Amino acid sequence: MIIIKILFGFLTVVAIFSALMMITSKNPVYSVLWLIVTFFSISGHYILLNAQFLAIVNIIVYAGAIMVLFLFVIMLMNLNKETEPQKNRWIKMIGAIAGGCLLLVLVAALKDVGLKKQVAMVNGGDIGLIKNLGKELFSTYVVPFEISSILFLSAMVGAVVIGKKE
Amino acid sequence: MPINYYIFLAIALFSIGIVGVLTRRNAIIIFMCIELMLNAVNLLLVAFSKKHYLVELERLKVAGLEAVTNVGTDGQLFVFFIMVVAAAEVSVGLAIIVMMYRNIHSVDVNFLNRLKH
Repeated sequence: MIIIKILFGFLTVVAIFSALMMITSKNPVYSVLWLIVTFFSISGHYILLNAQFLAIVNIIVYAGAIMVLFLFVIMLMNLNKETEPQKNRWIKMIGAIAGGCLLLVLVAALKDVGLKKQVAMVNGGDIGLIKNLGKELFSTYVVPFEISSILFLSAMVGAVVIGKKE
Repeated sequence: MPINYYIFLAIALFSIGIVGVLTRRNAIIIFMCIELMLNAVNLLLVAFSKKHYLVELERLKVAGLEAVTNVGTDGQLFVFFIMVVAAAEVSVGLAIIVMMYRNIHSVDVNFLNRLKH
């Protein structure tokens, strides 16, 4: 149990640190790389919760496809530290204070909510495996699954229509 | 692992995403912060799915039944669908950002104030 706690703490620290680095680094390429680190640590959390399918999908879809797309767009536009627009210091401070207030309010509201005894099962349980998820996905959720394929098709058409030169 | 820890981790990641949206002016970075917020919610959904699974498992054990259940699968499937929608959203959103860059040669969201005038 102690090793799971250590792993949880390590992954949490990595996730929060790299998320903070993502929003503070000046160079957009570094932001993308830090966000990939965050996604990997969230995948580590999924593996800790034994949600193996989601961990792999998270790495393939998010850290693989989506982040490479972001990186391509940033390199295509040749964005770097010099072209990065900066807000003035007051706006930044106000944004940080607003986000901090949200954090404070949510933590204060959920601190005594009576979930202290509730435990998320780590290192066990087989609902996160492909067998169970696939069975459920292709029986109960087969209609949303097909609708999401239509969504993908329309997103593809939309991206091509928006992106083409007129 | 207590569910509280996951709640606080998700809140922290979500708030970092909010701060990023409020403090940055680069449209791509704002978009990435939205992805971070989606991921925070995903993590919380998976944690709660495992919590419900454990509760159901203990209930079955107390009732003396066979410990086989798929309670909590729904939460993980919702995460899967959120990822699907996020992938579609990213493709359209990045196309919009590329078009915006082609028109005004910048990704600074402060130049997008045509609706104000």
